Amino acid sequence: MTFVSILYGLLFWAATLVLVGGVGRRIYFYLQIPVPLKIPTTPAPITQSGVVWRMFREVVFFQSLFRANKYTWLFAFIFHMALWLVLLRHTRYFMEVGAFLSFIQPFGKYASFAMVFGLAGLLARRILVDRVRYISAPSDFLMLALLIAIGLSGILMSFVASTDIVMVKGFFRGLMTFDFHPLPASPILLLHLLLVAILMLVFPISKLMHAPGVFLSPTRNQVDNPREKRHISQWALELEQQQKTYLDEVKNG
Amino acid sequence: MADYDVPKLNGEGYVEIPTIKPDAMAGKGPYIAKPDFQKALHFPSDFQADEQGKFELVPDWKERALAKLDDLRHRYRSLQLYLDICVKCGACTDKCHYYLGTQDPKNMPVARQDLMRKVYRRYFTFAGKHFPKLVGAVDLTEEVIDDWYNYYHQCSQCRRCSVYCPYGIDTAEVSMAAREILDHIGRGSKYNNEIIGKVFKVGNNLGLPQPALADTLEGLEEDVEADTGIKVRFPLDEEGAEVLLVTPSADFFAEPHVDGLMGYAKVFHEAGISWTLSSYASEGANFGLFIGSYENMRRIALRIREAAIKLKVKRIVFGECGHAWRVAYSFLNTLAGPFDFLDPKYPVPQHILEVTWGLIQDGKLTIDKTQNDDKVLTFHDSCNVARGSRMGDKPGGQFEYPRNVIKAVCNHFVDMPADTIHDATYCCGGGGGLLTDDLMELRIKGAQPRMEALKYVTEQQGVTHMAAICAICKSQFTKVIPYYGFKMDQIVSVHQLVSKALVLQRQVSVQARPDEDDDDDEDDNDDA
Repeated sequence: MTFVSILYGLLFWAATLVLVGGVGRRIYFYLQIPVPLKIPTTPAPITQSGVVWRMFREVVFFQSLFRANKYTWLFAFIFHMALWLVLLRHTRYFMEVGAFLSFIQPFGKYASFAMVFGLAGLLARRILVDRVRYISAPSDFLMLALLIAIGLSGILMSFVASTDIVMVKGFFRGLMTFDFHPLPASPILLLHLLLVAILMLVFPISKLMHAPGVFLSPTRNQVDNPREKRHISQWALELEQQQKTYLDEVKNG
Repeated sequence: MADYDVPKLNGEGYVEIPTIKPDAMAGKGPYIAKPDFQKALHFPSDFQADEQGKFELVPDWKERALAKLDDLRHRYRSLQLYLDICVKCGACTDKCHYYLGTQDPKNMPVARQDLMRKVYRRYFTFAGKHFPKLVGAVDLTEEVIDDWYNYYHQCSQCRRCSVYCPYGIDTAEVSMAAREILDHIGRGSKYNNEIIGKVFKVGNNLGLPQPALADTLEGLEEDVEADTGIKVRFPLDEEGAEVLLVTPSADFFAEPHVDGLMGYAKVFHEAGISWTLSSYASEGANFGLFIGSYENMRRIALRIREAAIKLKVKRIVFGECGHAWRVAYSFLNTLAGPFDFLDPKYPVPQHILEVTWGLIQDGKLTIDKTQNDDKVLTFHDSCNVARGSRMGDKPGGQFEYPRNVIKAVCNHFVDMPADTIHDATYCCGGGGGLLTDDLMELRIKGAQPRMEALKYVTEQQGVTHMAAICAICKSQFTKVIPYYGFKMDQIVSVHQLVSKALVLQRQVSVQARPDEDDDDDEDDNDDA
């Protein structure tokens, strides 16, 4: 049992806690905030099931982005879909490999190239298109660099300098049962894991929150039925019930 | 016409995406509202002009601005979420008509949001507090406030960007919040806030008092009678009418708005529907929306409820007005509902086009389309109608109803290029509280994408007129299109076309003039 393995064990426990707890807390925070007005971008669905379908098209096909810009859509779509495959493939380090995981194994492996390609395209846009360059902060470049580095280090291990994946699996399954097992002493693996841990740690405090956020976006998740069903938020109701015009006249009960 | 730098049209139908030109629209923004105007809207008024006449900010402006931002982000999920989740993908960067027309990068929707997002990050996020440079966070300074004031008054809140954003981030939500914050530190816009004050004081944006309004309507009755030989009524404050019509006050006298009002009157007359305007709620517009003030928006909206109760009407119908219809359709039930005292057979509120199209479908109106044969029409979808409301009971009805009505009363109609209509429509360039002469350059440049589309159908398909269903669009276009080589009267109201083609069969209005009930001629009693 090496010092590095223990350090990484602790790091991944912490990162998991921050990712799950942080994102959960943030979502809870958003849900607590009222939505005082009906603001779906119309034409919008007039039923709840219509909203589910709209959201499905949005998060699976990136419909709005497709309408907006074909290049950005292409790179973003390739990246996200490849990321899903790569993530699915990685579940083999946490559970028994069944028929499904065996089937997607080659797809997941080669998807890493697509993922890096998509990210490179997004990075190129950020550098080459003057409008996108103007709106980019250092953190926007760093985020892409981080993801590309994760992808490249993963590709290296899959196709060039393979690491002892049985040991890796032992390490992570051990973490799940609070039982330390050593990591292989591979610098690329350690780099790969460090970058992933950083990604997990910054997730709840960064723009990566767009992933859960899109589901909460009022312009996309509201039903277009304001005439049929009265929509009113708690603070507006307060104003109404106390027969006041302005919020600073309202007495807080 | 004053001298402005008018963009050259390329005739292709769309604007080539320009390269950025930083600070192209740097400036002071529109005139600032005096403390008196602010006070009338319940905003802080503890500020004054210095010796040069420049308005200072309120004391402790920085703390008060940040406190308001903090308040709003806990009151509006949209604001909090949209400040957090933008990934800077750039999808919106070429979608704003003001960016296309001005090349100023701060008019790209994401950059406009960033003006506030950078401050939000600095004071309210972990990354911005500890690593401001890394995430582009900045301190709130007077220069930042000046930038807010200038660029949040270069957004017409048209929501075109929200159509294309993969998360539906709506810059209008941010610019409304920004104006609300600015209103709390002595930076209200004179145009908007003075107008809202007039609504509270007199009843409409124009400050037109009841006697003047009654006079105007009487004049319109005479005009229509001279034209058609039939006494079509324009009733005001008539209790017991079936319909309360709420329409933008520009409809009472501006061109081509007033021709639309004549159209509504003829439709009601012909269908035998009794109706009335209200002098108390003689305004469909609700500029509370533009300044992002829920409280003032509600206060304006409640007048309509009160008028409907007082006049004992059964239905509320809105005239042709874009943002008014968004507030009416999407918000009225929230702000001033429930409307359980009205006839449940009809949606509350209805758009005049829903009324007219329903009557046309039922065969209740006799139409002579040849009356409009001198025109080839196209239709400008108003942003607030297109992206913030609906007509009828199906999504997208807001695109079909106006076109159906136009096609029912005109023989020649063509649409502008697909990227410029329906929910991809471009703002006229004067919406969102920017329809003021001190923003003329912005209004001319912001109209460029629509002008390109209009020029295209003019040259390719012989279009002669563009119909609109929004008072602001109509006012903006009549003022701005001459700069692009068009003529003012090429802009028409949709109900102006209806008015032209409608053949009046009903000789006597179902509504007698109140003064004709007991006596035929009581003109001597007119207020002197």
